[in-house]
Amino acid sequence: MPLSNQQKTEDVAAGIRKRVFLHTMRNNGGYLSQACSAAESLAFLYNEALKLGEPTLPKVPLPFAGVPSSDNPDAFTGAGYHGSFAPDYDRLIISPAHYALVIYSALIQMGRMDEHALDHFNVDGGSVEMIGAEHSPGMEVTTGSLAQGLSMASGLAWARKKKGEAGKVWVYMSDGEFQEGQTWECLAAMSHHQIDNIRVVVDVNRQQCDGAMSSVLDLGDLAARVSAFGVTCRSIDGHDLDAFRKAAGSAEPGKPLIILANTSPYQGMEFLKRRFPRLHYVRFKSAEERQEMQTAIAAELGVDEAEIARA
Amino acid sequence: MVEIVNRPYAKAFETFATARPEVLCLSADLTSSCEVDGFRDRHPDQFLSLGMAEQNMLSFAGGLAMQGFRPFLHTFSVFLYRRPYDQLINSIAYSNRKVRLMGFLPGITTPGGITHQAIEDISVMRAIPNMTILECGDATEVETVLEVADSIDGPVYARVLRGEVPRLFSTPFEFNRLRTLSEGDDVLVVTSGVCTEEALRAAEPLKARGIGIHHLHASTLKPFDRDGLIRAARGKKGVVTLENHTINGGLGSLVAEILAEEGLGVKLRRLGLQDTFAHGASKPYLMKKYRLDASALIFAIGDLLGKVIDIADGELDAVRLDTVHSAQKAEAL
Repeated sequence: MPLSNQQKTEDVAAGIRKRVFLHTMRNNGGYLSQACSAAESLAFLYNEALKLGEPTLPKVPLPFAGVPSSDNPDAFTGAGYHGSFAPDYDRLIISPAHYALVIYSALIQMGRMDEHALDHFNVDGGSVEMIGAEHSPGMEVTTGSLAQGLSMASGLAWARKKKGEAGKVWVYMSDGEFQEGQTWECLAAMSHHQIDNIRVVVDVNRQQCDGAMSSVLDLGDLAARVSAFGVTCRSIDGHDLDAFRKAAGSAEPGKPLIILANTSPYQGMEFLKRRFPRLHYVRFKSAEERQEMQTAIAAELGVDEAEIARA
Repeated sequence: MVEIVNRPYAKAFETFATARPEVLCLSADLTSSCEVDGFRDRHPDQFLSLGMAEQNMLSFAGGLAMQGFRPFLHTFSVFLYRRPYDQLINSIAYSNRKVRLMGFLPGITTPGGITHQAIEDISVMRAIPNMTILECGDATEVETVLEVADSIDGPVYARVLRGEVPRLFSTPFEFNRLRTLSEGDDVLVVTSGVCTEEALRAAEPLKARGIGIHHLHASTLKPFDRDGLIRAARGKKGVVTLENHTINGGLGSLVAEILAEEGLGVKLRRLGLQDTFAHGASKPYLMKKYRLDASALIFAIGDLLGKVIDIADGELDAVRLDTVHSAQKAEAL
């Protein structure tokens, strides 16, 4: 499969949704809503924005090689699916590790992982973990405890700038992470140190584990709050690829760029609206409920239900 | 008299870091309190001010390490592990990043009270896989801890002493090796940090009363010089540990673990904070109040030997620094 710019970005987004849907149905549950909100963001990043080299890890994911330590030379991170760390290449730090299934699907859709790589998902002894670990495909750091990815990426970006590397540091994160104080600490630091080689895409789906953010802990006018920290903040329709292109090209010298991608947690799968506001992880209470959702979403995505039966 | 060194860390860090461009100095609004203000002023390209935001600082440091820099984080010990513990685990320790956490004002060396006194830091850090723990006991160790910390493939937490620091040792900080300060036959005394100087005050008076003390100073707490401890503990009538820390999880606990695992069957007395918080006051006051001082050590030794050792405080005060110096000479040989 092609690595970049060989598919239309719209098709990459559709492929991501379809892969996550198929996997969720085959496994009786999954992070379906994250695919709805993230598909265009990730399709834009992987297919257009990121400058990445060829993968350095095998297309079929490796087994877990043990935790990092000074006496484990075999430990690896999933960054290999984003290519080498050459100075001109970009890096992508994925902060919400709960989006792992969506990330894996994007890597497969881009031809960076094997077509059947999701067969390894959540399998004991494997590296394709349910909540992405740093050895999981596409992951480079440990971010399942939310809001640390942005700070690590900022350190990385500061260091790359100091070394004169041309590559950018991209961050994909979620709006829920703006409930953590660390995110605001980091915005202040990024602004103070003028870290302008960092590009942050935030999935503003206004959803979290407990439900709608407005009912859990509302963030109000997030764009105004973020802008107030002195960074460049663009608030866009997160399903509009042209808006992404325009925002990504609008970085200002001396300032980090934060793109708030306002998204719908059921974009492309309107049937999920019935589940609102409990969308964080979709599971089924009965066979009937499962069948009803399968038929409805398959129709929306143009998927043949027979495809779901594949082992 | 023993030499008192003024701000040994300030000079040592500048010499160390300027020779290594990949070393970065990070600070969280306690720059002069951690003696790196001069470094900041003279070497701004190697200095990063991250403000009162330790969670971000620890994760940020993890990112710097990913690019081959070796960040040295400077703040008070408490602020390196209490507030940003999750960041310490996930942004640094799990990934075995070469981040060096330089913790100032360990234990009751600060009058700042509970908010400023890191009394369980070693216990917490010992529980973290990949972590190395160092503790300075004198000016020489403060001056030479940097090279040791920087040689470690993974994260390091170091307890550092600031201000006026006595020079007890003439040889540099040696990684994972207990220092032998005396080799008597009766009781093994294992001390760390500022408690080592305190224990040395008891050396001469005990010797004068015919009590043989085998004194070890521990400056690497994780890993630990297990063989050195076992050799010294074998055949003794008892073991006493003395630490500027709670007795749970620190030096006393790790010595207990080794003695038990080795089946030595020797009695142990753990001196330190007896499962209590302290409060804000001077170091000498707190060491006396919480029984971290020479007289507490003498009492514990007497307890192990089944006798009352009568040494007045005046005698301990009088021998203070000269004794320290002569003990070190013995080791240097």
